[in-house]
Amino acid sequence: MIRALSGKVVDQLTVEAVRSGEVGLADLRIHPETLERQAVVAERHGNPQLADNLRRAAELTGLPDDEVLAVYEALRPGRSTPAQLTEMAASLAGRGLPRCAALLAEAAEVYARRGLSA
Amino acid sequence: MKNEQPVGRIRFMDQQRVNLDGFAVENAELGLTALRSPADPAPSLVITDGRVTELDGVPEAQFDSIDAYIARHGLDLAVAQEAMALSDLAFARLLVDPAVPRQEVVRLSGGATPAKLTRVLAMLRPPELVIAMTKLRARRTPSNQAHVTNRLDDPLLLAADAATAAAFGFREVETTVPVLGDAPSNAVACLIGAAFGADGVLIQCSVEEAMELELGMRGLTSYAETVSLYGTEQVFTDGDDTPWSKAFLTSAYASRGMKMRVSSGAGAEVLMAGAEGKSMLYLEARCVALARAIGAQGVQNGGIDGASVAAAVPGGLRELMSENVMAMMRNLESCSGNDALMSESDMRRTSRTLPIALAGSDFVFSGFGSIQRYDNMFGPSNFNAEDIDDFLAMQRDWGIDGGLRTVAPARIAELRREAAQACRAVYAHLGLADFTDEHVELAVDAAGSKDLGETDTLAVLVAAQAIRQRGLTVVDIVAALDECGYFHEAERTMAFAQVRLSGDYLQTSAIFDEQLRVLSLVTDPNDYGGPGTGYEPSPSRQREIDAIRQARGVADLRAEQAQFSVPLLAAAGPARPGQGPRDVVIGVSPAVGRDVWRCLSGLVVTDVLREMLAGLEEEGCTGRVVRFGDTVDLGRIGLAAARLAGSGIGIGLQGKGTALIHRRDLAPLANLELYSVAPSVTPELYRLLGANAARHAKGGTPDPARNPYSDEAIEARYHTTVIALMELERRRMVPGALPEELSLEGLT
Repeated sequence: MIRALSGKVVDQLTVEAVRSGEVGLADLRIHPETLERQAVVAERHGNPQLADNLRRAAELTGLPDDEVLAVYEALRPGRSTPAQLTEMAASLAGRGLPRCAALLAEAAEVYARRGLSA
Repeated sequence: MKNEQPVGRIRFMDQQRVNLDGFAVENAELGLTALRSPADPAPSLVITDGRVTELDGVPEAQFDSIDAYIARHGLDLAVAQEAMALSDLAFARLLVDPAVPRQEVVRLSGGATPAKLTRVLAMLRPPELVIAMTKLRARRTPSNQAHVTNRLDDPLLLAADAATAAAFGFREVETTVPVLGDAPSNAVACLIGAAFGADGVLIQCSVEEAMELELGMRGLTSYAETVSLYGTEQVFTDGDDTPWSKAFLTSAYASRGMKMRVSSGAGAEVLMAGAEGKSMLYLEARCVALARAIGAQGVQNGGIDGASVAAAVPGGLRELMSENVMAMMRNLESCSGNDALMSESDMRRTSRTLPIALAGSDFVFSGFGSIQRYDNMFGPSNFNAEDIDDFLAMQRDWGIDGGLRTVAPARIAELRREAAQACRAVYAHLGLADFTDEHVELAVDAAGSKDLGETDTLAVLVAAQAIRQRGLTVVDIVAALDECGYFHEAERTMAFAQVRLSGDYLQTSAIFDEQLRVLSLVTDPNDYGGPGTGYEPSPSRQREIDAIRQARGVADLRAEQAQFSVPLLAAAGPARPGQGPRDVVIGVSPAVGRDVWRCLSGLVVTDVLREMLAGLEEEGCTGRVVRFGDTVDLGRIGLAAARLAGSGIGIGLQGKGTALIHRRDLAPLANLELYSVAPSVTPELYRLLGANAARHAKGGTPDPARNPYSDEAIEARYHTTVIALMELERRRMVPGALPEELSLEGLT
């Protein structure tokens, strides 16, 4: 049974439900468990990197849009110091996004060496 | 020394369109080299304690950010040793050997470095690339993507064109804007339009990342592909990203349930003066390795915006196709370029696309311009609306599935009307904009935005801002469609929003078919293993490919000919031998005056006969018309006519318009004059034939007619009609039938 991020079962997402105003944006958002399930499928089909990506995505389902965009912005070249990235990584790790945190921690290290930091 | 003008032959060649193209001298220093450069590293991979410590000649301490990301995430270290130990030749042969399954190539490629795959692919010759692509693409069923844009961002035209593109079979529709602020409106218009054309079409609105992500989060679009990767660190950084920022963005798209592929391809680094002396294929090999490393499900490559840079150097087209095959080797979806007009020459741009169309790809085009060139806001694609019929004919010619199908003209009209009306209704219902009836009519009929006349482009911007500021989502669009009475499309759009939540379309090479089933690496894996295996169009799909709207059969021709029948040429009894020395017989073929009334030239048979009779009369002879029912052969008809004539001179005329003068003592295949190119014969020439026949009858000197000459593809244009006309003639043929005199009433 597939659920939306809101917890609603997808079969309930009908035009009828739209008519009675019962469908919101969270009902159209993908559920982290779905992404995890797809990660397993990707692994089984020879693409562990796609699996990693889907697992990072599963973590991000809980992050609001503006925060997602803020992290992306922080990762662009010259935007953050290594310390800022490390700090952001720690914060994400503390909020249950360990894979995203690891990505940021790694970026902090490479950015410092390659002159991509602020 | 005087500056001599080239001779006429060269001046003539200079004028051909191919000479508008730029051709570069190969220059490795500038990166103007396709498959290999002296600066390309030799493949190498050193693994120490499970960690990559050297990659393609670069030690770990000197890894740039691209090397570092690939080294940490991009390679399957368990097979690296095996893959790197394979000789380039042995590896290259695996790509084309039908006995080696795709999975084996994918497995080994996982452990191969960018420099290794560069060398392997550089060994493949063009037909080998075709085989490799046939075998290595991830999805069994090929498909195609359309660009749907216009100069005005006109929503009604976008809706009509998205419906048209969906009906033609495109499974992805990509739009973009000349005015960034219009983006939300374009996404909504395409979403509405595509829902009329077909089920399950994926929509993309290619704009800057934040806006694109926002549209996706609201369910207005369903995939993204313009997330660019570059092959050198400098250009990557100039593009204001790093491998880590792109990796994060890739996850961000997936977290909102959006399918996503990255973009790369030859020429980008060269154009930004940042190729560092490397070959185009090597730089792209780095991009593809990175695409895999960051977890993108696919790659749009094959030049893209830089396609004409690759095409300017020797072997450039091989390089472009190799890029696609490389993505496939890395187990990624290939969206195979062909989306930038790479030449002014129709032959060169066809030559660029054909091998990929023959092999079949996940997406043969990463944007076939389904609209006219001038409306393509990505810049003209390699194929555009100008070329849809050409592409449909190419599919049919080769019996291949390029993802497109013919749609009956009446159906196109109906869909465009429904889509434009629905778009108007939804915009009005949501208080976004009001469009007039006339605007709807113009959009339905428009071949492009120039046919719309002056429109209110500010209204579009206002509508787009409203969509954004009010945070409208696909739910609002579904509700509006429903309330405006478009129940089927509301259901369709809702069903699509629902199936997206299963996430199945996040897998490699995923598209939806028209039953909303996902076709992907997982559900529809390519199983090519030589002749008799792999994708074959189903019988119904093959019929779709074959049934182009221009195809004509005998029944079509019979109906067409019947429209020109007139109550003339009535049979008037058995034909008798003529007595007078000025009696000339015009012999006609069995179906003339029954089933065949119009010649290939467009002249009706009765007019042709009038001209011949008039020509005979001018020279003092009398003509008769006799139908010969026992042969369709023009020589025999002419000879039989001559033998019936008192003068011994006859004219033979087939219904298609071929005509000759014959004499009773000649062999059947001989003749005195012949008009062989029936489509080009004019009334004047038929009159001259009559006059010349009369001159022969009198023993005078004929005025020889010159067959009209044309440089057009006369045979391509008329051969199918000739075959059908001859079949109508043959069906009227009765062996041993006696010649019959036809009435001249109304002809003289």
